[in-house]
Parts: sequence; structure tokens; C-alpha cells
Amino acid sequence: MTEYFQSLGMSYEWAWGVATIVGILLIALPLMLAVAMIIYADRKIWAAIALRRGPNVVGPFGLLQSFADGLKVFLQETIIPSSANRGLFLIAPIITFTVALMAWAVIPFNSGAILADINVGLLYILAISSLGVYGVILSGWSSNSKYPFFSAMRASAQMISYEVSIGFILIGVVLFADSFNMNDIVKAQQGHGLGFVNAFGFNLLLFPLAVMFLISALAETARAPFDLTEAESELVAGYQTEYSSMSFALFWLGEYANVLLMCALNAILFWGGWLPPVDWAPLYAVPGIIWLFAKILFFFFVFSWVKATVPRYRYDQLMRLGWKIFLPISLFWVFLISGYLMLTRYS
Amino acid sequence: MIQLIAFYLFATIVIASAAMVIFARNPVHSVMWLILAFFNAAGLMLLAGAEFIAMLLVIVYVGAVAVLFLFVVMMLDIDFAELRSGFVRYLPLGALVAIVLAAELVFAVGAWQAGGVDLAARAAPAATDTSNIQQIGELLYTRYIFLFEAAGIVLLVAMIGAIVLTHRQRGGVRIQNISAQNRRRPEDATRLVDPGVGQGMEL
Repeated sequence: MTEYFQSLGMSYEWAWGVATIVGILLIALPLMLAVAMIIYADRKIWAAIALRRGPNVVGPFGLLQSFADGLKVFLQETIIPSSANRGLFLIAPIITFTVALMAWAVIPFNSGAILADINVGLLYILAISSLGVYGVILSGWSSNSKYPFFSAMRASAQMISYEVSIGFILIGVVLFADSFNMNDIVKAQQGHGLGFVNAFGFNLLLFPLAVMFLISALAETARAPFDLTEAESELVAGYQTEYSSMSFALFWLGEYANVLLMCALNAILFWGGWLPPVDWAPLYAVPGIIWLFAKILFFFFVFSWVKATVPRYRYDQLMRLGWKIFLPISLFWVFLISGYLMLTRYS
Repeated sequence: MIQLIAFYLFATIVIASAAMVIFARNPVHSVMWLILAFFNAAGLMLLAGAEFIAMLLVIVYVGAVAVLFLFVVMMLDIDFAELRSGFVRYLPLGALVAIVLAAELVFAVGAWQAGGVDLAARAAPAATDTSNIQQIGELLYTRYIFLFEAAGIVLLVAMIGAIVLTHRQRGGVRIQNISAQNRRRPEDATRLVDPGVGQGMEL
């Protein structure tokens, strides 16, 4: 895109700056729209599984429900508890929201369509997702209220625990792709499975990692069955109990943007990203972005499906799953994959 | 030009937030300033072309170490007046440490001005077209493999030590044995009986 703006007669620096800003807007604005629609989809899927109708009043089929909710929240009064730590209380939702958007910079939407094509794309994602803890922990602490604080403690312990195993799972993918660059990871999956399936997931060595990544992604985004952070039967509404109006909406948007990000990562790391599912020439006629969106939506459906059907974990069970099952298995898998690659690829 | 602006921006924020770590009255605010300092230090690393180190700095320090700091600081019930009371008593010691540090800084800058040790030429990897991660990996797993493994062993010992020091066996705790629960079949727990009329049942 920089070349296009250069051809309009700008110097390289200006063209780069304008191109980057346009790129950011091209990602962030559709993402916000997608978040609004995905919240609607989440409620509809959940309702369908529970044999209810779900939102069906605002707009055709209730399609505009999220916008109505957004408007309602926008018009509410912002209440700051008098004993809250004012500065941090207001910064916390901004951190959550910004961090949820930042990670999208390295998501490849098509072979060239990536905002920041950096060497360390996957590490960048890890770094940014580890920042997400701060929004939660700060909101819980600065609210100066009992339940949000409990929730913040739980959330941060949970996120840190599952980040460890996510890190090891990602190393398995990186070893196979031989790169940290997101685009290279997608390209490495071309014809990976049996010579014609474009997915790491069809590799017997990587399939267990794909399953573990999906479950860890649920835990990392604090979705059901790991939504202990907002266990309404114990903690009112979790770390966002004291928030109202736009500051609450930012948490809400950030949470769903994170869920979409995790779905996108599932698609990119294990199921071929913007590549069509099968390495067959006519399928490449469909733009890559459509394949990627189809995969993201499929994983979002899985997320909603899980949310609607699986009961909540107990806290000790959550910790056991993270530390005693996922961590040893993923650690062993790093060893297994590197051994396999040493035998086959590098000998 | 833009590198220069970015460098001065990052450097100023690092120094300012490092100062705020000390001057902030609330320890939680101190940790937040520390995180800002880490973050901008990562920005400086990026400017130096060390993107791998920059990302590691964020993942390890911001994502893990600072979270633990924050945990501890939030849990502590700190009395600020008591914290301030020792100020005069510890002033001479603090001043001494500050003087030593300042002297070392001057010394180091002087030595560097005088030519310095040619460390850069000795350890620098030859190729510049490969990525940062590959260069570090090649050095770490060949030339510095023993140091790397020694560091790993030190960490392992520290981890085991921490576990041994904090682990305690508590009596009277009923721990869930999940594999035993999964092994349990309906036949182990229930029994189908068909008692005749008026015979009752033996439990």
C-alpha cells in the first residue's frame, strides 16, 4: 500500500505513515463491526442450543441488537466508585481494549495482506496477550471492592497458567514451520497433510497440540467452561462489577475481540489460515480472506457451542488441567517434535 | 530522523518512569511505572534491531515478572507512614550506594572513551541477513552451550529449592483423585435387586 501512496506523489515517510494508518483503520473498524455481529451470533447460537429464540426484536431477526445495546451503554452515566483508585480505574478498560486490538497487527488476511509482516510475529502475539492480564488485574484492584478483586486474582492466575502451555504449543508449530513469521507459518502448511491438505492439524504430531490449543484458548479468553472470572453465582459479575457505561463496553468489546483473535490464531496456526482447506488449484480462485473468515467463524461457533453445553470448571480443576496435564504434555511434545524433525528433516 | 525521535521518546519515557517508580507514593503505581519502563526499554531494543530481545523483554518481564510483583504488592497491607519513618536512618547507606554507582558509571564511561574492550568484534555473529533469532540460536547452542545449560541447571535448582521451601504436607485434606473417579463404574456403586413383596431389603 505504501507504493500506492508513493505513486500519488508523497515522499516515502509520508506514504508509509498514511498507508499504516489506513491499514490500522481497515483492520480496526471492520473488527469492531465483526465484534458487534459476533456478540449477536453468540447469543443466537446459545439460544438455539437452549431451544430459545434469542434476540429477535431490534431489526430483522434481531440483527441490530448489539448496536442497540451499544447505544444504550453509550448513553448511560459513567459511575466511578468514590473509593476507587480513579486513574487506574479508568485506564484498566482502555488497556484491555487496546491490547485486544494491537494483536491483530500481525494477523495475515491473505498472502500479502498483513499490517506488520515482522520476523517475530508469533512472539509479538505472545507478548501482547501477556499484556491482557493488566487490564483485568488493575480493574479488579482499583475498584476497591471485594468480588472484583477475587475475580482479578483468579483471572490473572488463570491467564498466566495457560499462557505457559500456549507458549510450548506454539513452539511445536514454530518448529514445523521453521519461522516465527505468521505468513511463513501459513505458507508452510501448504500441502502439509498427505501432500494435499493445507493444515498442520492433519499432522498426527500436531493434532494433539491443536486440541490443546483450542482448550487453552478457551481458558485464556475466560470463556465457558473456564469463565471463573465472571462466575455470577460467586462473584456478581467478576472484575467488571463496578464498571458502567462506556468503560464497561470497552471490556465487553475487548473480550470479544480477544475471542475472535484466538479463533483466528486457531485457524492460522493449525488449519491453514488463508489457504483453502485442500491444495487444489480451483479453490485458490476464492480470495484467501474468505477462507480465513470461514475458519474463524467455524471456531467461533465451536466456542459458542462449548459455552452453551459445558458446565463450569471448579477452580482447582482448572489449575490441575493447566499445570498437571497441559504443561507436561506440551513440554513432552516439544521434545517429541524436535526429535522427529531431527530424524527426518535435519539428518 | 524518525529513529531519532523514537529513540528520544522511548529513552525519556524510560528515565521518567524509572524515576516515578521511586517517587510514586502508592506501591501499585510504582509497579505500573516499572511496567511502563520495561515496555519502553523493549522499544529501545527494537530500535537497536534486536526484535527477539525486545519481545522476550515484554513476555518475560512485563508478562510474568511484573505480574508477580503486582500480585505481591496488591496483597500487602502497606503502612506508608511506617515506610517513610526509616528515611533518615537509612540515608547514609543509601547515599553511599548512590555514590558508588555514580563512580562506577563515570569509570565505565571513561574506560569506554579510552577505547574500550573490543567485545563487539569477538562475539558478533558474522552474517547479518539471517534473522535475530537464528543468530542468537546459533551462538547459544554452539559456542555458549555449556553456559546455557549451566544457567538452565541453576534455574532448575532454584525452582526445586523454592518448591521444597514452601511445600508442606497438610493433614486431613480430601484431595480429588480424578483417575479413581473416572475408573469408577456404575456396578461398583449400585446394585440392582428385586425383593419380593413384604420381604424388605438388606442394605
